[in-house]
Amino acid sequence: MTTAQSNAASLSWYEASARQRVEALLDRGSFCEFIGPEQREASPHLSIFDLPEQFDDGIVIGRGRLEGSSVLIAAQEGRFMGGAFGEVHGAKLTGLLRAARMLKEDVLVLFDTGGVRLQEANAGELAIAEIMRAVIEARRAGIKVVGLIGGRAGCYGGGSLIAGTCSRLIISEQGRISVSGPEVIETNKGVEEFDSRDRALVWRTMGGKHRYLIGGADTFVDDEALAFRQAAINTLEMNGRYDLPLLTAEQQRLERRLTRFSPAADAIDVWQTLGIEAPTEIPGLPTKEFMRRAADKRENADDAR
Amino acid sequence: MTLDDILAGLFTNDSEIETTGATIAGQAILPDGKLIHVLGITQGQPLGVDEAIALAGRVIEIIGSGDRAPILFLVDSASQRMSRRDELLGLSEYLSHLAKALLLAEAEGHRTIGLLYGGSAAGAFIATALATGTLVALPGAHPAVMDLPSMARVTKLPIDVLKAKAEATPVFAPGLDNMVQTGGIHVVWDADAPLASQLAAVLERPATQDDRGRLGAERGGRRKAADIADRVVALATSSQQASQHG
Repeated sequence: MTTAQSNAASLSWYEASARQRVEALLDRGSFCEFIGPEQREASPHLSIFDLPEQFDDGIVIGRGRLEGSSVLIAAQEGRFMGGAFGEVHGAKLTGLLRAARMLKEDVLVLFDTGGVRLQEANAGELAIAEIMRAVIEARRAGIKVVGLIGGRAGCYGGGSLIAGTCSRLIISEQGRISVSGPEVIETNKGVEEFDSRDRALVWRTMGGKHRYLIGGADTFVDDEALAFRQAAINTLEMNGRYDLPLLTAEQQRLERRLTRFSPAADAIDVWQTLGIEAPTEIPGLPTKEFMRRAADKRENADDAR
Repeated sequence: MTLDDILAGLFTNDSEIETTGATIAGQAILPDGKLIHVLGITQGQPLGVDEAIALAGRVIEIIGSGDRAPILFLVDSASQRMSRRDELLGLSEYLSHLAKALLLAEAEGHRTIGLLYGGSAAGAFIATALATGTLVALPGAHPAVMDLPSMARVTKLPIDVLKAKAEATPVFAPGLDNMVQTGGIHVVWDADAPLASQLAAVLERPATQDDRGRLGAERGGRRKAADIADRVVALATSSQQASQHG
């Protein structure tokens, strides 16, 4: 058997399409798609709104190999309807997770989503709930479900809640995790609560560096497909579990975070409390220097997610 | 129906249920003498990091007690709390944590019953009502992902056009009937019949696999979800066997 090899020399995860990410992440030529675009399983609801459909409904699912090991994989296409969850899109991921539990295979979920697709909001909301339950049932069976976050659309709304059920999260600086998006907060609560045009505020409140520093993500990588691939290989070496001690540890971790950081008005205050050297410099730092300053200072979620 | 009416209709007088801000927690005795844990978010309040961690802590205590008694989760909420502070602190983890606690409770032998008696929306709905094993509602409950005026803004469609489209499909517009048709709510209780016996009927049924997709297909509100998910499982299974034998 030849050494497993990936496809990409250098590929920006942020710029790549869902299919490019899948190809670059997995061993070369190993991907086999389930319900691909040739099946034409598009959304039955978008035509009500005179919106264009996509034959894969904005999500690619299937099986491939990662460093020789079989994995199930799902990748959202953030450039179609903002990667949002509709009925078909969501059901493909639900089915994949149910298969993972039955077949004892780990799952990689490549998030790139604004959340629930409003044109089919009820179906999308229920899909989120079904996926979260399927993730937990798979994890109860010892399966690892790993989320990768670094796409254009970020990981917002219901997508962020699914990410919260994953065994581990890998994130790049460009990855954003948040329930309410900046525009949603501003629209509902006013610009004094959140100025969505202040991009620096958005990045330091919801972006990958902040999430990594507070333990909201486990591995921080460059915006490179190969970096995501190596991180996924490393992450899948952990043991999968989901039980009361783990949940109790997460409760303590999240309680501690509230106690420790509650007075903070801004991410800079949080980083200051963590004891990060020159916290105002964090947004501008390259990965290597960022990781040096984060080491031994960041909160981690090991065995508490 | 008010919360007090509901509690009085469900339980005997021995209940010990405390309200703390927007959350409620305690224990009650069913008419047959059995214990049931009661949790909830009330008064149409948003669910933020503080409420979610408190409720999850209660669920963890219940699981740790090992009593395997059912949990009734009452819901009358707004959406998730939309604030800079909540998002800075990682609201998604707190909401997921609450949902995970409820899902673990069900897996550890506690029946989890959601009772939607008011509003609920978006992340708050997912983290509470939709994370229970069986979700029931009272008439007048009003679940939503987003209200129609906001949806009109985002979709850039006039609200009259949206209302007309909502007549033709249950798939996007807010409301109890739509959530029932899409399979999210198992049953709507009869407010004029005794609530205690309706709860007893739910508790008598054994816990099931997630059957919301099947309900949505049967009721015509989500015709594709269950079929697609089943097909993916079948394809994943057959292709794995083929590769192992090939």
